Amino acid sequence: MSKSLFDKVWDSHVVRKIEDGPDVFFIDRHFIHEVTSPVAFLGLKSRGLSVLYPERTFATADHNTPTINQHLPVEDPLSANQLKALEDNSNEYGISHWGLGHKKNGIVHVVGPENGITFPGATIVCGDSHTSTHGAFGAIAFGIGTSEVEMVLSTQCIMQPKPKKMRINVNGQLGKGVTPKDVALYIISKLTTSGATGYFVEYAGDVFENMTMEGRMTVCNLSIEMGARGGMIAPDDTTFEYLKDKPLSPKGDDWDKAVAHWKTLKTEEGATFDKELTFLASDIEPMITYGTNPGMGIGISNNIPNADAVEGGVATYKKSLDYMGYEENDSMLGKKIDYVFLGSCTNGRIEDFRAFASIVKGKQKADHVTAWLVPGSHEVEDKIKEEGILDIITEAGFVLRQPGCSACLAMNDDKVPAGKYAVSTSNRNFEGRQGPGSRTLLASPLVAAAAAVTGVVTDPRDLL
Amino acid sequence: MAYDKFNILTSTAVPLPLENVDTDQIIPARFLKATERKGFGDNLFRDWRYHGDNTPKENFVLNNPTYSGKILVGGKNFGSGSSREHAAWAVYDYGFRCVVSSFFADIFKNNCLNIGVLPVQVSPEFSEQIFDAIYKDANTEIEVNLPEQTITIKSTGAQESFHINSYKKDNMLNGFDDIDYLQNIKGDIETFANGLML
Repeated sequence: MSKSLFDKVWDSHVVRKIEDGPDVFFIDRHFIHEVTSPVAFLGLKSRGLSVLYPERTFATADHNTPTINQHLPVEDPLSANQLKALEDNSNEYGISHWGLGHKKNGIVHVVGPENGITFPGATIVCGDSHTSTHGAFGAIAFGIGTSEVEMVLSTQCIMQPKPKKMRINVNGQLGKGVTPKDVALYIISKLTTSGATGYFVEYAGDVFENMTMEGRMTVCNLSIEMGARGGMIAPDDTTFEYLKDKPLSPKGDDWDKAVAHWKTLKTEEGATFDKELTFLASDIEPMITYGTNPGMGIGISNNIPNADAVEGGVATYKKSLDYMGYEENDSMLGKKIDYVFLGSCTNGRIEDFRAFASIVKGKQKADHVTAWLVPGSHEVEDKIKEEGILDIITEAGFVLRQPGCSACLAMNDDKVPAGKYAVSTSNRNFEGRQGPGSRTLLASPLVAAAAAVTGVVTDPRDLL
Repeated sequence: MAYDKFNILTSTAVPLPLENVDTDQIIPARFLKATERKGFGDNLFRDWRYHGDNTPKENFVLNNPTYSGKILVGGKNFGSGSSREHAAWAVYDYGFRCVVSSFFADIFKNNCLNIGVLPVQVSPEFSEQIFDAIYKDANTEIEVNLPEQTITIKSTGAQESFHINSYKKDNMLNGFDDIDYLQNIKGDIETFANGLML
């Protein structure tokens, strides 16, 4: 029987099948961070267990770290306590730890691929739902809860029923100003936030084949926002080129052997999917969200839909628009905004900063806009400087901050005040996500840049 | 972490008929800073439950003395968003042992099963019947019978069966967790790991 990419990777990691139960599923790479791991280590200790394969787990601090003055002690005692717990636990069990101040520190889903920890055909988990990012390399990667973090630490396995399979094809060529973020927001707007629940997605078609690794990571990152556990893209020369010579990628003969194996990880002709959807690239324009979940997105030139035109309950929809302070049929273009956030595991990579700079070059930040530009890692930060992007954004009135998750979930001080509007390149526009009472408009780095210089929601194609 | 066994739960229920209740509402990120699992129940639905000055929002259901119980009945796509198990902990620590919805987000459902909160998925029609029954009489009891895999509205007798795989069912009935199982097959896991290329 013809196998899909997903089948090949899943089936080769099943240690044992349980009748009318989950598979015992082996995990190749495990990332941990300061927020969802402390209780897992407590669990280990209370059971008297050790870490079975410490060399398969990698720790980085990112969720609650400050994005300025990282050389100073962390002021918030609770955050400092979590960071110290991560460091102590990593040291105690012999786990690699890239804490605050380490040159490899950064957002877990940025530093993993950057260092070659992520590889095609791998199974990767982390106590973070955006672990789906690593699917860009042809890995099965997904978020887990803290109980499962404890399972992986102690046995390198979790218990998972095999999800159903969905293939999403996007064919054709993307228009000017249309980015991978827009492709993802478009798909989510069509599927809703629960449209892919229970499925694992493979993205296929010209658009993904022609995408850079950064773009593929953005798309796979957002798989969870349509309910999918994860999404993946078949590895190809773009993937191998990205991974070659990364610090932890295989070297020499091992590299050649690995690539030979990775090339076999494609969905075979005739493989079947439980669901298959196809979209046209030419139907996609720059996207923006207007509501309180990532499925509430529209093409930037469209108006906010009427309640009766959307799937789901009217009460929930109206509550959402009330929270945002918007009305049905409003145009999004021209809406005043207060904050801009460029960063996160969704759009905190070098390509995102290049895109942002391409718009703001030679212009000035709107006076009333507060902008947080947060690289995903020190490596991204270094490239921003090397490529002259720092000069461009500085001349335009922007300040570059230090790496971390930052305003994506506002666990540190980067909080959008109640009632304020933020155009954000992150992944969730839930109520209060960027600070209590904050209002988030999800968009691409181009849309964020256009809003940052005009102070209102603006079609980036007018500025390119 | 071991949890209480689940068998038959008969309780009044708390209605929350909103769709797409996400984990950031169940427990906002700023309350994820603990290094121990305690106190999460106090912050369950924090920003829907309290004003900025910590005074209760009277119109939120958890602040309405009419409704109480060990069963939370939510709308479609309950628990979407983040993988934070803290959301399931908050539900459990507040005192709920069962969440009923016509559709659950995947990771939340999994997290619930791992900590002893039973997620019961019912048809949209049955979900409506439960909401109707509770709004008609807040003292309506719901019986969740895990051995029989049924959920019953006691006042009307309406009943539906629900799905849970037999492995997880056995865990819930006995208060076992996955680590107990995995520890027992460590030999198999090590043999498997020895055969891997990377």
